[in-house]
Amino acid sequence: MKDHTPDFLELIRLAATSLPPDVERALRAAVEREEPGSSGRAALEAILQNVEMARAGSTPICQDTGTPIFTVHHPAGWSTRALREQIRRAVAEATHRSYLRPNAVDSLSGRNTGDNLGDEHYPTIHFEESEDDALVVDLMLKGGGCENVGAQYRLPDSRLKAGRDLEGVRRAALDAVHQAQGKGCAPGILGIAIGGDRGTSYIASKETLLRQLDDENPDPALAELEDRITEQANMLGVGPMGFGGATTVLGAKVKATHRLPASYFVSISYMCWAYRRRQMTIQAGEAAYS
Amino acid sequence: MKNLTLPISEEDIRGLKVGDPALLSGVMLTGRDAVHKWLVDTFIEQKRTPQGDDLEVIETLKPLMAGGVIYHCGPVVSGLDTGDYSFVAAGPTTSIREEPYQAQVIKAFGLRGVIGKGGMGPATLAACQEQGAVYFHAIGGAATLIAKTVKKVLGVYKLDFGVPEAIWVLEVVDFPAVVTMDSHGGSLHDEVERRSETALAALLLKM
Ligand code: SF4
Repeated sequence: MKDHTPDFLELIRLAATSLPPDVERALRAAVEREEPGSSGRAALEAILQNVEMARAGSTPICQDTGTPIFTVHHPAGWSTRALREQIRRAVAEATHRSYLRPNAVDSLSGRNTGDNLGDEHYPTIHFEESEDDALVVDLMLKGGGCENVGAQYRLPDSRLKAGRDLEGVRRAALDAVHQAQGKGCAPGILGIAIGGDRGTSYIASKETLLRQLDDENPDPALAELEDRITEQANMLGVGPMGFGGATTVLGAKVKATHRLPASYFVSISYMCWAYRRRQMTIQAGEAAYS
Repeated sequence: MKNLTLPISEEDIRGLKVGDPALLSGVMLTGRDAVHKWLVDTFIEQKRTPQGDDLEVIETLKPLMAGGVIYHCGPVVSGLDTGDYSFVAAGPTTSIREEPYQAQVIKAFGLRGVIGKGGMGPATLAACQEQGAVYFHAIGGAATLIAKTVKKVLGVYKLDFGVPEAIWVLEVVDFPAVVTMDSHGGSLHDEVERRSETALAALLLKM
């Protein structure tokens, strides 16, 4: 097996410094919806200028380069142990080159490891064997400010009058956006999972954030719910940075997973506008990025 | 757009209101959790006796704080080995963590403002009214853009607090921010939250 450490390093550089085209398009469209001269519009304009500068200079889009979350789909026979080692080497090197800020802090001593290498959960790496003959790796950098405003609801919820149905999910999602205000660096993107246990539900909510912003959910009921949540969240008027305005969220992605009869969780991962995720495909030893 | 030069006069600050965009130029300091605690414990409440270079540092900083601003920021800095420092990425950090200290720091050192993100609470808002100071909201995440407005790192104090927590003295030109809490008791954060609450109630009435 070839050493793919340099390919992983390039994946990290790209994710940290170059915002994906679908997200940039959504931000550009959002500028047009804000009142000329408003603070919300000025914030979006500054954000877009920052995006261009970061790309041009290969510097981090945001100084909080977040938790690196890798999802690896590998063909049969690949060594996940070797892949894990290569990913960890690339993460340390990316930190050394200032693509990533050192973010791994020991929860007991408060010490920062300095190279983004923590225990087996940091960086986060999920492996899945696929039938494909290509290696496909998704990387998401999940910021701390927006992670702090994520929320998990256990339905039914009497405060929100939210029952165990899609109407209940809508209520929970709108409440979460209201609670977040601008604190997660709005405009945000909502990753929403219905079902699972507390742990798998949150994992699924992050998986939905790997979808393209402008794709369509294959389940018509969920597709409709996504549109509804997006439209109504924007009626809250929180706006970019919480300055007030028409764009509070850029989109919502919903996934339903199986659950126990006793539990009905709705887990919401809030992703800030600095929605950094990139994909690498390695086929016949050659890496391509999108 | 208000162009403000640091230090800022009380009159100029009183002329600002919620929603005003501003470009700041001049000399400012960074300071976050460790710095605010150090200022309050050592010099305001005096629960801790000054140690090491504390007294020297505070005398150097006092003239910069009078009429000046503190920026809540934990930067990425290059040139750490050579001392030829430069700011690579320097967006704002969440300000509310300084709420227990901010009012005292504003009043004791005569600050005309603080810069951060997410807004602050009632104690800071009251201090802004009393002292003649405002809260400037920088653009969260716009780290490269903001770092480019830092023309020069003039010095660093308390580097033993760690790079993100140290006091960096910066010369900035056209640092972009929006006034979201003014010296007349106005807070954009309170306004937006109240409106959002009403809108949420209406959306939850619908099925
Ligand atoms: S929430 Fe996102 S954009 Fe805001 S500071 Fe954190 S990582 Fe950066």
